[in-house]
Amino acid sequence: MPETIGARGEAEPSPRIEYELQLYYWMKLIRAFEERVSRLHRQNKILGGVYSGAGQEAIVTGICAPLKDGDFVAPLHRDMGVFIMRGVEPSRLMAQLMGKETGLSRGKDSFLHGGDMEHFVFGSTSMLGSSLPVAVGAALKFKMKRDPNIAVAFFGEGASSRGDVHEAMNFAGVHKLPVLFVCENNRYAYSTPLEKQMAIEDVADRAEAYGFKGHVCSGNDLLAVLEVTERVVDKVRAGEGPALIECKTYRYRGHSEHDAALYRDKEELIEWESRDPIPRFEFYLEKKGHDIKRIREQIDEKTNQVVQQAVDYAEQSPLPDPKEALEDLYASPAASVTPSSNSNSNHGAR
Amino acid sequence: MEQTYIKAINIALHEEMRRDENVFIMGEDVADLGGAFKATEGLLAAFGEERVIDTPISEALIVGAGIGAAVLGMRPVVEMQFADFISCAFDQIVNMAATLRYRHGGKAACPLVVRAPSGAGVHGALFHSQNPEAWFTRVPGLKVVAPATVYDAKGLLKSAIRDGNPVVYFEHKRLYRSIKEDLPEGDFTVPIGVAEIRKEGGDLSLITYGGTLGPSLDAARIVEKEDGLAVEVLDLRTLLPLDREAVLATARKTGKVLIVHEDRLTGGIGGEIAALISEHAFEDLDGPVRRVAALDTHVAFSPPLEQTILPDTNRILEAIRGLAAY
Ligand SMILES: Cc1ncc(C[n+]2csc(CCOP(=O)(O)OP(=O)(O)O)c2C)c(N)n1
Ligand SMILES: [Mg+2]
Repeated sequence: MPETIGARGEAEPSPRIEYELQLYYWMKLIRAFEERVSRLHRQNKILGGVYSGAGQEAIVTGICAPLKDGDFVAPLHRDMGVFIMRGVEPSRLMAQLMGKETGLSRGKDSFLHGGDMEHFVFGSTSMLGSSLPVAVGAALKFKMKRDPNIAVAFFGEGASSRGDVHEAMNFAGVHKLPVLFVCENNRYAYSTPLEKQMAIEDVADRAEAYGFKGHVCSGNDLLAVLEVTERVVDKVRAGEGPALIECKTYRYRGHSEHDAALYRDKEELIEWESRDPIPRFEFYLEKKGHDIKRIREQIDEKTNQVVQQAVDYAEQSPLPDPKEALEDLYASPAASVTPSSNSNSNHGAR
Repeated sequence: MEQTYIKAINIALHEEMRRDENVFIMGEDVADLGGAFKATEGLLAAFGEERVIDTPISEALIVGAGIGAAVLGMRPVVEMQFADFISCAFDQIVNMAATLRYRHGGKAACPLVVRAPSGAGVHGALFHSQNPEAWFTRVPGLKVVAPATVYDAKGLLKSAIRDGNPVVYFEHKRLYRSIKEDLPEGDFTVPIGVAEIRKEGGDLSLITYGGTLGPSLDAARIVEKEDGLAVEVLDLRTLLPLDREAVLATARKTGKVLIVHEDRLTGGIGGEIAALISEHAFEDLDGPVRRVAALDTHVAFSPPLEQTILPDTNRILEAIRGLAAY
């Protein structure tokens, strides 16, 4: 992240200013990464399903920014940004998407199913909602061991209809576990609109039935996500029990890159695009006196560079050896791997 | 000292929880009640409610939360109240746990034990009699064990807890209090993946596990006395990974193989064993590989129905004699 950036008229940028510019950088990096991945998919350089999170960057950024080292995060299938926010190298992430030996799962699984437990990012399966019980188990461990960490589970409003979600929230409520549930409500589960998924407007309403609080915020407003997260995460960490944050948002692209999303109204898409989280935050930065044009240029240059490096790395990486198909199935009893490092080195200092 | 099969499980849990503070118990009614079958009796008093956790009726949560804790280095032993309910946690076991290490590129482990009280013969009817092991024995990344003796119940549970992988531990409900053995005190383990010859013989091999070991041994003793037949009885003990060497060795030795299990015939592990033998020991066979298993139906309630459906000593006897005469 370029050091020259600062608010107009300030010699030394304050920590808060630096932090806000860092947040902006992250959102821009995630967007740039998403866009490049979509393009690579069109070019047949990424095989398999690609589920773009474009339009939802403020959520992963705002939720993950206040997290601490060692916090356990289970992302949903669109949350490429979570990996980036938790310090996973973009190059390894890109290698993962291309099925390369250097990817998180060493070519074993596609897209976001490869986890990185060194950064406590759990690789979810495709089975929507099934990572919530797992996150609850991680939170149970934190509570049992008096660890200062929390677990965070992302899920779509579509996944919220699964029984696993109910089981997880209910148990988390009973035991007041340090887990934050984050619903990214983008109004669609593939083609199915919200009103065919549930008879209520806010998934957050359900939290009360499990004995904890549900919060609703605009998922397209980074400051709104950040504000509620900072407030809620401290309480969860302090042992006050779980919380649910529902972020209202919209996905720009189809469910996956194969989906033209013709079931959606064009007007609806335009409306949501006009609420894009990035220009919105740029407006905020500009109002605070930043030279946003210059910052944007610098950051675009930087993010393009990071993404290009990731693509180069991934393309140059070898494919796995065929005989590795039978590897990594079992741990030997003695050598069971558990995460040891407690460091989440976010590239680009905060 | 003489102990029952259920007591062996209980002792193993006590000892392992004492040995490793990362071992904890989770399941329905496991704390105060000590489990529907008393497998976890006394654990609450000994280790407290943080390590012996009563859960709501939420099988997916029980296994899923076990996975979340395991991936962070804990060693949860979770209980399905009856193996029949394991279907409610199927996805967590076969998709979440079994693929975990694979999809993390070998950089994560899931040391989890799922205990599943299985088996028929206790008037349990359709939903308290199932033997669902074959749903899991074809899932790479899992291990599946099914002890048939008091000694193995303890030793295999200890190995399962110390293993770095998800292990489904099928304990046969009918054996809980019906068998007793002199159980050595103190720490010992039974290796996962190793079958055991329970009775040597040269005329015919009988391969079995779990609830049908007893009736198989009974039948073997009867034909020894009445027909002068020496039946070798191999107890698989572990169903995944299968002890292929032991299976092939006994098949080659006797040339005639009978497979016996309480799980139903079609799709049961007997089919896999028969295929293994025909692929690798065909030249040594003196007859067809035959199977005795539950009939291809559900385990019905009314005694005459249940008795017809389940394999018993008589059916095993008949099959041994038929195969010996082949
Ligand atoms: C249990 C399960 N059923 C069906 C699917 C197929 N599927 C993948 S994504 C999806 C829609 C998910 O909607 P939502 O949870 O709202 O997340 P979003 O894609 O909108 O981010 C469906 C139906 C699946 N992955 N898992
Ligand atoms: Mg959705």
